[in-house]
Amino acid sequence: MLHIVNKSPYERNSLESCLRLATKGSAVLLIEDGVYGATKGGNFEGKVQAAMADVKVYVLGPDLSARGMADRVLDGVSVVDYGGFVDLVAEHSNCQSWL
Amino acid sequence: MSDEMDMEEGGVVKQFMFVNRKAPYGTIYALEGLEVVLISAAFEQDVSMAFIDDGVYELKKGQDTKELGQKNFSPTYRALEGYDIEKLYVERESMEARGLTEDDLLVDVVVMDRAELAAKMAEQDVLISF
Repeated sequence: MLHIVNKSPYERNSLESCLRLATKGSAVLLIEDGVYGATKGGNFEGKVQAAMADVKVYVLGPDLSARGMADRVLDGVSVVDYGGFVDLVAEHSNCQSWL
Repeated sequence: MSDEMDMEEGGVVKQFMFVNRKAPYGTIYALEGLEVVLISAAFEQDVSMAFIDDGVYELKKGQDTKELGQKNFSPTYRALEGYDIEKLYVERESMEARGLTEDDLLVDVVVMDRAELAAKMAEQDVLISF
């Protein structure tokens, strides 16, 4: 399963719900305002780091760059471009968008 | 229109605060808020902007929207000074929750703690929220 989160974790609880319900071995892709969840120094750093024991976390590079956050991605999070986004969707049998 | 609001009579200057609580690009709020602030400059009022919650992300340095296909409007915050909009207030607690410091911001601001900002809000005549 590929989980896609596009909301800031500071504004909505989509990321927390996603991490609560994502099963071991799933992938989580953070896009749009969701990318703030993959950045260092904020209140969600610990929660995301802990989740990475069970799920693989990806973040969309163009959305990070637009927000000036490309230089502070959490260790262990993989940055993907638009092609990588397509690959992730193609590689997984199903996906869930947490709006 | 009341006498108090009549600009042509040399009207009363009111305190307007624009409250920014949204991250840029994900929604249109940040850009629309900025445009309204620029328009407000024409009315010669006492205008300030407050940045709280995800609104602090609007001022993050280093925004680069080339790959996004949207306009990078962050340089506009630095042009506000030219419109006599110089009171930019940022809530310290919102910055800290997001791992940001004053050095991460692209324009000079006044960093206030929650109580100071609350007091500043309370003294406004008009608050407009984005």
